[in-house]
Amino acid sequence: MRFLMQQALLVSVFVVASCGLAYELIAAALASYVLGDSVTQFSTVIGTYLFAMGVGSWLSKYIARDLIGRFVQIELLIGVVGGFSAAALFFMFVWAPEPFKLMLYFLVFILGMLVGLEIPLIMRILKRDLAFKEVVSQVLTFDYLGALAVSILFPVLLVPHLGLVRSALMFGLLNVLVALWALWLFRAQMPTIRWLRGQAIAAAVLLLGAFAVAGEATSFAETQLYADEVVHAESSPYQRIVVTRWKDDLRLHLNNNLQFSSRDEYRYHESLVHPGLATLPGARRILVLGGGDGLAVREILKYPQVEAVTLVDLDPAMTRLFSSAPALRALNENALSSPKVTVVNADALVWLEESRERFDFVVIDFPDPSNFAIGKLYSAAFYRLLEKHLTETGLAVVQSTSPLYARQSFWSIVTTIESVGFVATPYHALVPSFGEWGFVLVGRRPYRSPDTYPVDVRFLTPALTPSLFEFPKDMARVEAEVNQLNNQVLVRYFEREWRHVIR
Amino acid sequence: MDRRHFLGSLGAAAGASLLPACTPTDRLPTPPGRLLGSSSEIGHRLRTGNIPTPNETRRVPVLIVGGGIGGLSAGWKLNKAGFRDFLIAELEPETGGNSRGLQTPAGPCPIGAHYLPLPGTQAVAVRELLAELGVLQGDPRALRPHYDERYLCATPQERMYRNGLWQEGLWPQIGVSEDDRRQYARFQQLMATYRQRQAFAVPMVLSRRTPDLLALDRLSMRDWLLAQQLDSPALHWYVDYACRDDYGTAIGDVSAWAGIHYFACRSGEASNAEGDTVLTAPDGNAWLARGLAAGIGDRVMSGALAYRVVDAGRHMTVDLWLPAERRSLRIEAAHLIWAAPLFLVPRVFVGHEKLKLAARKFSHAPWLVANLTVSALPAAGAGAAMAWDNVLYDSPGLGYVVSTHQQMRLHQGAAVLTYYRALSGQAPAAAREVLLQRSREEWAEEVLADLAKAHADIRAVTLQVDIALLGHAMSRPVTGFVWGGAREPFAVDSPRLRFAHADVSGLSIFEEAQYRGVLAAERTLRRLGVRFTSSLV
Repeated sequence: MRFLMQQALLVSVFVVASCGLAYELIAAALASYVLGDSVTQFSTVIGTYLFAMGVGSWLSKYIARDLIGRFVQIELLIGVVGGFSAAALFFMFVWAPEPFKLMLYFLVFILGMLVGLEIPLIMRILKRDLAFKEVVSQVLTFDYLGALAVSILFPVLLVPHLGLVRSALMFGLLNVLVALWALWLFRAQMPTIRWLRGQAIAAAVLLLGAFAVAGEATSFAETQLYADEVVHAESSPYQRIVVTRWKDDLRLHLNNNLQFSSRDEYRYHESLVHPGLATLPGARRILVLGGGDGLAVREILKYPQVEAVTLVDLDPAMTRLFSSAPALRALNENALSSPKVTVVNADALVWLEESRERFDFVVIDFPDPSNFAIGKLYSAAFYRLLEKHLTETGLAVVQSTSPLYARQSFWSIVTTIESVGFVATPYHALVPSFGEWGFVLVGRRPYRSPDTYPVDVRFLTPALTPSLFEFPKDMARVEAEVNQLNNQVLVRYFEREWRHVIR
Repeated sequence: MDRRHFLGSLGAAAGASLLPACTPTDRLPTPPGRLLGSSSEIGHRLRTGNIPTPNETRRVPVLIVGGGIGGLSAGWKLNKAGFRDFLIAELEPETGGNSRGLQTPAGPCPIGAHYLPLPGTQAVAVRELLAELGVLQGDPRALRPHYDERYLCATPQERMYRNGLWQEGLWPQIGVSEDDRRQYARFQQLMATYRQRQAFAVPMVLSRRTPDLLALDRLSMRDWLLAQQLDSPALHWYVDYACRDDYGTAIGDVSAWAGIHYFACRSGEASNAEGDTVLTAPDGNAWLARGLAAGIGDRVMSGALAYRVVDAGRHMTVDLWLPAERRSLRIEAAHLIWAAPLFLVPRVFVGHEKLKLAARKFSHAPWLVANLTVSALPAAGAGAAMAWDNVLYDSPGLGYVVSTHQQMRLHQGAAVLTYYRALSGQAPAAAREVLLQRSREEWAEEVLADLAKAHADIRAVTLQVDIALLGHAMSRPVTGFVWGGAREPFAVDSPRLRFAHADVSGLSIFEEAQYRGVLAAERTLRRLGVRFTSSLV
């Protein structure tokens, strides 16, 4: 019987060591998921954990009586605290992110301390029957073996198949099972066995129940964490439209490319519209090419003199979504439902080729020139077509990719606009979601930036505006060729420059 | 930071993936479509006879038989000189010949010629036409004129599929040996030398005729390559491709003079494009045919087959069969400009034994042109991006051009892929039989199978396959033909009869057809005593 007990204790060392390492890995992985910077997170979580284990080992000397009973209690405590650690941290991060770091290190410390108590206690229990050198040798062997097992299982099986929350619950359950096993093995030496057994069974039930519902509950939390909540997803004949929400941040993705984040889109759309439109007090008729989200239209409608806005966006699914979904309508301030706005679902280029209308202000918000088909929409031929739709004093603005990440591409667009006889006025603004972003104003006469913004703006100020037209050294003008249909230099520049950024 | 980056490429991929690509392709029915081509049934009545005798005689100062580029160019020049008293008789419902276009649910596309190289300074008439159409801007005689960029073939112009990968351009750059590269470089150098000598010209009559150059005609292109110690299979494929593409004739049959002419004759430049850029439009060269026909449409009689031509001494008597009217019409023309293919001469002309003898030395290449209306472009595939001209290495076909290539669009929707195939693998008569024997479905299947090598999803995107069978698409400049004497009787002027067809040059290209048409018109004007400014010098 004694021998069997010894063996059983060593097996529990293996399990206990596995669980100990598992909690440590789970906490570190979770911290790096939600906080990023995995090197820092792993380093600080593991450091805290090991230090706490030291504290636990030191504290173990204060446990004098009923070693087995204490061991069982510690196991139960680890089982419950460790088992729920990942779930607690997840929900904490989703609903109360402020004290998350504090909570993280607190939990890690408590767990580390409890785990630090385990091994010394087991060694002391075994010491009663074994020589010291045997105890040290055997306990530490199983301790390290347990660590090895989990370090391999964790990335290969546990995270991909169970996820962090259920992995933690599973290890919690293992701790509780070790406790129950110890209770059964040492039932003869246990004075308070009934009470402890009751606690153990309660803990096991709690963990099992949590494990059962963890799938749904945590995948809910996980979606919030990893990809934000998907509030709308649809595939139109033209693209995949996905809107996500994370707290107050709404994001639009088209074919997996971020189009805007509601946290800073005002910077983009104010920069796109106001430097041009604020200088055109006589602007009555406005054209928007692309931009079915209605956010540029929202900015345009701030000007009372504007009489008609024509928005040409290919995809009816986009304009339908942004004129019906309450959260998106709130974002574009119901721009697409304004009686001044006419929504045309057509290919902007077909529409432009067929239309004979002229506009006082044209917003051109096409995708970046990442392929030959879209490269044509930044060609001299396109700007010649644009010329036919611009009134004598009119202005157009072209979103022109990033002058920082794609410097030569940006200046190629400027050169191309100039090549057809326009005055091109380049400027830039910082949009945190995208980085430093570029725009070009297109007109027939020299441009003068506005002295005031007659409308309500959050980002632009008249004083700041001249600085948008200044290009720092790393974005300053570089030699670039004119982008023609029959050379498509822009696509070649763009490919080279973004490949360099992405690596 | 990756705002909208790659949206286009992902959009294209996403668009393609939405199509029902997972249906088992081997059970799909052949897509529907039309069978088109030259009106061979009517034409073949020339052999069987059985044509009604004329019930009306009309006198016309100038009759032009054939409304292809040669005939239209003759009419264009007569009209420009202020001479309007002529009639163009065309067998087909529409003029344009090999430069006709076709309407499909996805817009216009070519059924024949689909590009015009930038004209050199010697191609005076071509430049005059382009200036008239507003495509050549500024001085039409400038060395490097400015062209309307909507007609300059957009980048990327060509790509080639080999070993599972698309490569830029037609010359294989990946997967060829160092020796292949050296041979290719040497070949290009030889062609550059010929260009420097200005040995080969467009129009071809302006080519230098030194004995060493004329001797090239007596050698096949393959033998000439081998004589230069150029034996690289990749180079032979490349040159063979060019010969099949331009002349419908394989490297072993085509005259080295004609083969080298293709590579060494181009001297056109532009102020806003590279010299090797071509002019093109969604419906190929149909815009050029329309430009030529613009002022003379009222003088075209379509659905008219000339079945008998007699030199009546004072005039030419030409009998025209009008199948739609179930009758024939006799035209007595002071001048006849024959602008139909020359293989018809022996069947139509009475007398004129010397001409008939010469005409029998011509052979004509059968072609197949398939127009695939696609709901979206097939997935571009690995390597170089979708180009205007997309060629498959080691394919019996010549690849396809994309009708929407010149368009500026946010979304790349439906398009037409025009697939070409010259039946150059066997003798023309046998190939013609094969061409006409097979059904539209059989040809459509064959074309789809060829394209499937590079585009697994071609069936899933194809909505319609229109097949045009062109039994006598062009004359073949085979060994010994170009300078062997067969063409000469048709190139000379005579009191009442002139020939105006690319066949007279032996090279079936727009510039030659137009040159022959304008030349015939100017000779006619001279005999009529009409003053004009020449479009040829």
